[in-house]
Amino acid sequence: MSDTAMPTNPAQPRKTSNVLRWSLPLAVFAIIVAFLFVGLFRDPREVPSPLIGKPVPSFSLAELHRPDQRLTSADMRGHVWLLNVWASWCVSCREEHPLLVALAKANVVPVIGLAYKDDPADGRKWLASNGDPYRASIVDRDGRVGIDFGVYGVPETFVIDKAGIIRYKQIGPLTAEALDMTILPLVRKLQQS
Amino acid sequence: MRLVVVALSLAATAAFADDALDARLKALEGELRCLVCQNQTLAESEAPLAADLRKEVRELAQAGKSDDDIRTYLVARYGDFVLYKPPVKPVTYLLWFGPFLLLAGGVAVWLAVLRRRARMPADEAADASTAAAANADVARARELLED
Repeated sequence: MSDTAMPTNPAQPRKTSNVLRWSLPLAVFAIIVAFLFVGLFRDPREVPSPLIGKPVPSFSLAELHRPDQRLTSADMRGHVWLLNVWASWCVSCREEHPLLVALAKANVVPVIGLAYKDDPADGRKWLASNGDPYRASIVDRDGRVGIDFGVYGVPETFVIDKAGIIRYKQIGPLTAEALDMTILPLVRKLQQS
Repeated sequence: MRLVVVALSLAATAAFADDALDARLKALEGELRCLVCQNQTLAESEAPLAADLRKEVRELAQAGKSDDDIRTYLVARYGDFVLYKPPVKPVTYLLWFGPFLLLAGGVAVWLAVLRRRARMPADEAADASTAAAANADVARARELLED
């Protein structure tokens, strides 16, 4: 009687440790897979900007169409506005451009264009042939203002509120989805406040 | 004659200062990330933005800014991402201490295994796993052969 009872008792803890033996590595494996899987769909080029929630860097730049006029960061105070950083040499800017033209037609929010490290003559030609959606265009010939905005690739688009605080930054070309789901709802909210 | 010596030594100190600045900038740029080609440092990268930033960094250094000032300047614009060596703060705790946690976990598992082996006599351990499996295999083989 005691002979049959003996083996089952010590076997009990061994059975649970056997479960642990395969479930623990499996759990660790599952966690690693989960991390890698999420990593598959994240764009390493999208670096979160430290400028979100910070005031717009001050600038004073010549306008593209009226080189004798300057536009400064203070001029846009009291307006919710978008700053679109683009260049005539930038290929993916062509991709987002029709969206900006449509946005300008809808007249929802003023967009200021920043021609980043571009020849003004090329920029003007580019806008003439692709359409000019900008309330005003400014020229950052040497990219200095771009550095202040933390620009590291064109196109980039910033949403700036009435107090001149940067609220959002779109890295890479605008998409209809980004506009409808994120940028325009944010603009409407900021315009009401 | 004296003038020439003075001029030469001035030129020499200027050149020396330049060399020192170059060395300092090279070291600093070696620990800053280029945002365009993200696996290169600012010193290595040939991206136009990297050239602009090198120029910016040089001008800041010439204006008397310290390495820390320059780092702060870049972090304010591009975030901690520009630093190859990220600062230790709550969001980076896992990054800094995670490897040690994993190591500690590994050591704990290893110790647990060692302790269990020590508790179990060697032949019993062999019995428990390999012998049992071998016996089962033999039994199954015999069964198959007899069919």
